[in-house]
Amino acid sequence: MAWYVLRRLAISLLVLIGISAVVYFLLYFVQGSPGRAVLGQRASPEAVAAFNSEHGFDRPVLEQYFSYLGQLLHGNLGYSYKLNESVATLLQQNAGRSAMLSLAALVLALAIAVPLGIWQAVKRNSIVDHAATAGSYTLYATPQFLLGLVLIALFSQAIPLFPSQASQSSSAWVVFTDPRAMALPVITIALTSIAVFSRYQRTATLDQLGQDYVKVARAKGLPERLVLTRHLLRNSCQPLITVVGLSVPALLAGNLIAETVFNYSGLGLLFLNSLQREDYPVLLAYTLIVGTLTVLGNLIADVALAITDPRIELSA
Amino acid sequence: MSTPTEMPVKSVAVQTHTEKISLSSAFKMRLRKLREHPLGLVGLLLLLLLAGFCFIGPYFYHTDQTYVNLADAALPPNSEHPLGTDANGFDALGRLMKGGQVSLEIGLLAAVTATVLGTLYGTIAGLAKGVLDGAMMRLVDIFLSVPFLFVVLILSARFSASTVSLGLVIGAFSWLVPARLVRGEVLTLRVREFVLAARVMGASRRRLILTHLIPNALGVIIVNITFQVADAILIVATLGFLGFGLSYPATDWGGQLSNGATYISDGYWWLVYPVGACIILTVLALNLLGESLREMFGRQTS
Repeated sequence: MAWYVLRRLAISLLVLIGISAVVYFLLYFVQGSPGRAVLGQRASPEAVAAFNSEHGFDRPVLEQYFSYLGQLLHGNLGYSYKLNESVATLLQQNAGRSAMLSLAALVLALAIAVPLGIWQAVKRNSIVDHAATAGSYTLYATPQFLLGLVLIALFSQAIPLFPSQASQSSSAWVVFTDPRAMALPVITIALTSIAVFSRYQRTATLDQLGQDYVKVARAKGLPERLVLTRHLLRNSCQPLITVVGLSVPALLAGNLIAETVFNYSGLGLLFLNSLQREDYPVLLAYTLIVGTLTVLGNLIADVALAITDPRIELSA
Repeated sequence: MSTPTEMPVKSVAVQTHTEKISLSSAFKMRLRKLREHPLGLVGLLLLLLLAGFCFIGPYFYHTDQTYVNLADAALPPNSEHPLGTDANGFDALGRLMKGGQVSLEIGLLAAVTATVLGTLYGTIAGLAKGVLDGAMMRLVDIFLSVPFLFVVLILSARFSASTVSLGLVIGAFSWLVPARLVRGEVLTLRVREFVLAARVMGASRRRLILTHLIPNALGVIIVNITFQVADAILIVATLGFLGFGLSYPATDWGGQLSNGATYISDGYWWLVYPVGACIILTVLALNLLGESLREMFGRQTS
């Protein structure tokens, strides 16, 4: 087991270095002259050249990349010249709020999707099942920002249950301290995930329902509720673990959209504002972080899968 | 303009030269199979309807989509404008058709770009096996972990977006899934008798790829195209909403939806719900069709 985790860690590290190279070079060729971006259109060419040479932007791109990589390994994520602030500080200010938003949405999505998927499988081809399937297909086809806007129109304007803006408090724990203001953003992100998760849960449960151990459990007279919770749940959650691990980028993209729709200052909104400011150090760092979280999500899912299902061969 | 799905289905029939059936009867067979999947058929019809609405509609319903007419701005639906007008005085129904053309074009261009790149890459990797295959697939792993939406946002913020540039950018970052799928197909196909026979007869690598491997992997490729178009349309809509879509006077569904959304609290519902419904229906139709096609081709190969 330890060996397997180590091997996976090593591969993940290689992938991470690859991601950093891809993102770095892409942004390098997209951004043009950093001095021009920082000093503006009116700066003299001499000033731009001086800025570039002072901060090492006139070196060959490979050299710049390796020095960036070296700085990354020392925990230095770069410096935002536009905001005169280190990128790490900027990210730190917003990371907690975004993480809580994602986590709350993920927990809500799982809490609804898992029982829903199992219920659909047990009652397969009933009206409930078809209705839920139609619902998840429609949700999946809906752009997330439209979902947010419809929720605002319904539950904030037509029926004034929730505010249309997310909480503006700077605390990371607003999900708990101001649940009413956070309800709509969390639901917006969660709904899209529910559509995906419940489909997988339904399929996996259908596979498991035909297995012998379910028949045995039923034959020995175990109440259906216990058959489902004690025997079926654990086995049918296997595919979902992988799907959840793979859903990290979708969750973070969801954050970007929900934060925009509900004006919630987090990493997504920081990314978008940096995009408008052409603040490339922030863009670079955040894109790398999303890539890292994606790799971590896969890794954790694989390890979790290996722990929950001893039958899986650990051959990396 | 033929639909994205009708076209490749036909070419399967042309390329399946292992069975000697005439083109039209093979196509009919395929259609008959689709009849067993009513949801897929609904998807196909819905798609044809939407494409017809966007591309043929403007020939019957003439509107001015070039000149701003502020006298008629933001009118609710009436007898002259069945879906009202937007804040610039453009007829909303005509604008829906125009935006739909662009959205469908971008989606199709992105899907075709991604599929061509992915198919070539996957075929080469699958044929190469060994070190090259391993290296090529690790590269796919790396690109798959690069956050797609964020990179596309950065690119479309830097370069002024047009139908072609958006299609190409989205396509250039979504070839990874088709590459993986096609490689998997090629790995199973390469050991089949007819491929071995072709090799023994001295077929060139080019011939092997173009006449034996790719035609037989077409099922997987077509299924993937439908999903790719759907995903691309959603991405374009999102870009439009975040403010990095096409710029005026060009328009697409995403841009229209985000424009309309700014007026949602003023009660201009006709600028939000029709275009929202169009996006949802298109993506839904493509996904339904894709699922059915997957089942059809899945049953065929097993």
